[in-house]
Amino acid sequence: MFNAWLQIFQRDLLIAFRRRSEIIHPLIFFVMVISFFPLAIGDDKVLLQKIAPAILWVTALLATMLSLDNLFRSDFEDGSLEQMTLLKTPLSFLVTAKVAAHWFITGLPLILITPLLAVLLYLPSESISMLLLTLLLGTPTLSLIGAVGIALTVGLRQGGVILSLLILPLYIPVLIFATLAMQNVEQGFSAEAQIAMMMAILVLAITLSPFAIAAALKVSLN
Amino acid sequence: MDIFASISRLYHQLASPPYFYRISGLWLPYIMGIFVVLLIYGLYSGLILAPTDYEQGEAYRIIFVHVPAAWMSMFVYMVMAVTGAIALIWRLKLAEIVMISCAPIGASFTFLALVTGSIWGKPMWNTWWVWDARLTSELLLLFLYFGVMALYNAIEDRRTAARAVAILAIVGVVNIPIIHYSVEWWNTLHQGPTVTKFDKPSIHLSMLIPLLVMAVAFKLFFIGSLFMRVRNELLAREQKSKWVTALLESK
Repeated sequence: MFNAWLQIFQRDLLIAFRRRSEIIHPLIFFVMVISFFPLAIGDDKVLLQKIAPAILWVTALLATMLSLDNLFRSDFEDGSLEQMTLLKTPLSFLVTAKVAAHWFITGLPLILITPLLAVLLYLPSESISMLLLTLLLGTPTLSLIGAVGIALTVGLRQGGVILSLLILPLYIPVLIFATLAMQNVEQGFSAEAQIAMMMAILVLAITLSPFAIAAALKVSLN
Repeated sequence: MDIFASISRLYHQLASPPYFYRISGLWLPYIMGIFVVLLIYGLYSGLILAPTDYEQGEAYRIIFVHVPAAWMSMFVYMVMAVTGAIALIWRLKLAEIVMISCAPIGASFTFLALVTGSIWGKPMWNTWWVWDARLTSELLLLFLYFGVMALYNAIEDRRTAARAVAILAIVGVVNIPIIHYSVEWWNTLHQGPTVTKFDKPSIHLSMLIPLLVMAVAFKLFFIGSLFMRVRNELLAREQKSKWVTALLESK
């Protein structure tokens, strides 16, 4: 059971490293959109610093959503997803391997590149560690919730727009708690409550969303 | 045990399309009739009989539409999720149709709640829109409804679409409390609940009664319009079946 999990995980990572563009494209999108904000607002240090958490988080949300397209697409098209449903190991367990691999490929690089972008938006260095913590707790949740959406739309031709309609409302709590935590830190308060909530949401997402993902994939494979 | 047996029999009978079509056709005039009576009474007692509010003046009277609409917006989503679960577990075609027929009605109630809230907000808060917690969660609820309808329309096979929507509705229901409380925490300006405090409601009885009458009227309207949509969809889907052709020939 764990062997199958590990094999899927390794296979997905391997495929991603062979096709590095899939890792890089969402990152380029992330960097590009963030660099557009100073261009549109003007080089206003105070304003940029104030809205930096919002810019970074909203863009991270969109980048994660765009990267989801690769999650099940190729497995769906070449039939390996169908094979996976036939395994003795439950599909709800196996999909977590795919989501984990997806997070390693897209979520982690995004977190690694964020300090650089935070500097571009004049975010003070004390806030950067909190930003990284919120991203570390938030992006796995985004991947898990997004996987439900992509599992529902993987068979559709114009899935992209529909996907955003499905999952963006579900991303709101993560967005709210992450940006609240950053605001609290900037004003010198503790962000423990928000961090605890983000952890709780992550735990809930890890426990419940695999079942929704598996059920949705079975509907899409129908 | 007899009661359980008869409830279970009713449940199974209702799940059969021709039976549901017949029964709902019999009920529909009564539901809509009672709805109209309650609506007229509720509007009359709400807009004319109920006293003016000492703080909000006449403008508060919009609650007789706003609050029932807001209640219904959440209630309809719950109905959608429950029928979605039934559709997923027992694969009942009727449950699928009921679920998907809920979506446009629920979205309309949500829209109505948002519009009336905005109209109420203008004299009260002196602005059409505030990023207040309840308004925002209502707006997000509207987005969830849009997602449901978009997904249903995107999948061609109706039964596959219904099952996908059922999963989405259930995921949405798990998320609604989280979204609601996160938004609540984020910002709140909306007045606290005045009706749900059952021990000592802070709303006067002369306002509470029309409000509850309107709430019942809205519920009946929901059931009535749901029946109409379901009947319509049943006829469209089963147009080749015997009972529909028999129905058409008898007319």
